[in-house]
Amino acid sequence: MAHVIPLLFLLSSSAAWADVSIGGFAQGGYALGTSSNPDGGDFKSAEERFQLRIDAASGPFGLFLKTDAAWEHAGENADIELREAYANYSADMWDLRVGRQVITWGTGDLVFINDVFPKDYAAFFSGRPMEYFKAGIDGVKIGLYPSFASFDLVLVPEFEQDNYPDGARFHLYDPMPGVTDRSRENPASGTKKPEIALRIYRNIGGFDASAYFYRGFWRQPAMIPDNPAAPSRITLTYPALSVYGASIQGSALDGVVNLEAGYYNSCDDSDGSDPMIPNSQARFLVGYQRQFWEDFTLGAQYYTEYMIDHAEYDKNLPSGFPAEKKLNQLASARATQFLMHQTLRLSFFAFYSLSGGDYLLNPEAKYNFTDHVWGALGGNIFGGGHEWSRFGQMDKDDNIYIQARYEF
Amino acid sequence: MKQSAMFLLAALLSIVIPARAFAASADEIMKQSQAAFLYGGADFKARVMMKLIDKGGRERVRELSMIRKNFGEPGVNQKYFIYFHQPADVKGMAFLVNKYPRKDDDRWLFIPALNMVRRIAAQDRRSSFVGSDFTYEDISGRDIEDDNHSIVKDERIGAADCHVIKSAPKGTDTDYGHKLSWIDKSTKLPLKEEYYDKRGELFKVFSADEVKNIKGFPTVTKRSIKNLQSGHSSEAAYIKADYGIGVEDGLFAERYLRQPPAKWVE
Repeated sequence: MAHVIPLLFLLSSSAAWADVSIGGFAQGGYALGTSSNPDGGDFKSAEERFQLRIDAASGPFGLFLKTDAAWEHAGENADIELREAYANYSADMWDLRVGRQVITWGTGDLVFINDVFPKDYAAFFSGRPMEYFKAGIDGVKIGLYPSFASFDLVLVPEFEQDNYPDGARFHLYDPMPGVTDRSRENPASGTKKPEIALRIYRNIGGFDASAYFYRGFWRQPAMIPDNPAAPSRITLTYPALSVYGASIQGSALDGVVNLEAGYYNSCDDSDGSDPMIPNSQARFLVGYQRQFWEDFTLGAQYYTEYMIDHAEYDKNLPSGFPAEKKLNQLASARATQFLMHQTLRLSFFAFYSLSGGDYLLNPEAKYNFTDHVWGALGGNIFGGGHEWSRFGQMDKDDNIYIQARYEF
Repeated sequence: MKQSAMFLLAALLSIVIPARAFAASADEIMKQSQAAFLYGGADFKARVMMKLIDKGGRERVRELSMIRKNFGEPGVNQKYFIYFHQPADVKGMAFLVNKYPRKDDDRWLFIPALNMVRRIAAQDRRSSFVGSDFTYEDISGRDIEDDNHSIVKDERIGAADCHVIKSAPKGTDTDYGHKLSWIDKSTKLPLKEEYYDKRGELFKVFSADEVKNIKGFPTVTKRSIKNLQSGHSSEAAYIKADYGIGVEDGLFAERYLRQPPAKWVE
């Protein structure tokens, strides 16, 4: 953030802002578990939150600030969170955004291949509004718009990990529960290792086509034991990763069809022989959505992860560790119905792992009482598969959530 | 004999030709009306205040900037860029529509909280536009060839001489059985539309409540639509409107969905 603040001062002193707008909200969000948390608590989350947004523009310059102040009951702590804070410059053929910002690209619905940017799974699983699923990056985004294609280049000086649920509130599978001596190794510590992401996109025959490149790190830590046979100490580390991908999306079959693929090159385990570091993968997604009647849309996705060197992985996996499959397949469905002049939204989202048998269900009803006040009631239901499956491990973490927001 | 045959032919023609001309002109009037109502100028920009009013009189507000550009002749391709100013929870949301005759629209939606552009499925142009009583067709037009049009009568609305045109959908996938339109003979604008359900009962009424001349284009600057069955109604008023503003083709792109240029969404 340090590099943004001088820029803010510079802009605020040198330009008269033609247009400043202020907005935000006050919100309460509470997710009650249907069984107790590992630490004995009942709530997956319980918080009041206040957000302030300031948007200023003057000619080609722009500034945006979005910051939250929250009081979390379950952990009894107050938190100030800078969600976004950036400066913009926009020219005819290029633009620049510097600071904390959210980057979203790719075609999946809660399935990510080329959207390699940080996610907050804890927020998602504990019933917080969807916008909290995406976390910001501190970096620079450069957009170049020559006539033949558009380019988005993202440079991040310091890697940030995904946020996963807390073991005190969620029942998370741990393959080495006896080892309590754990340390975290940040790839950005020591020599600063930056991340770089690139997207090139254009319209091809009525379809939105994109190519992607990423060089950085896995955002989920790998657990490296000092001795896999008899571990006494675990280091959490973020192995190097490169992703090469492409997507295409457009109108077809009376709906919208999307195809996306990516090759995940796990650079620190290029021969696939280290079972503690993720193997290289090929990921593929096909999706379809269609409006069947007024205000009712149905979407379906099929997603697969293919482990490149499964034989090597299998050969080197210590006994006692759950083995990952060569092919992981996931299906999802989303149904959305708007009612009462689009003030009531009923939605249902389901993930089902075809290879693991575990699932996540998320029904939700959201009602806009007025233009300023909305409330939502929903649930997250996990289960199936094994105690180490992605959703299966959270079998006892089903929760019902309620959110209410006053927006101004 | 030859003379009487010629006379007969002339008599037949005098019956046949005007009737054919009459049938053709209902289509022609609707085409002219669509051109005047939805295709005026090379491009168009408006700041629109929309009110959604329920049976109990409770109001919701949708305030938006709409930029439209024609590609080709009236009735052919158009692109729309729509940016929402109000209510607060959709502020910054932007919407891009590529409209083609005889083909589904391409639609993209930008959700600012996630900085996400989504392509959205859009098969039904009779769907409500942002929860209002206006449909996508009311905003961007309905294909003339989708209905059989006929002139019912002439009638005055206020001081305006109008053609009254009956339009009956050729397909069965509409929410109404037929529509009557009052088309102002001088401006070609629809001043009133009545929608009848499939049993022939009047259920929805559109009215042009204010017409202003903007840069030589007669423009409906206030309009309303009332659903007589539900009691819900919607009003849309142009706070600002302008034609021929020189919108570049490049505006209708993902770049500007994510970051709309201030000069177009003021």
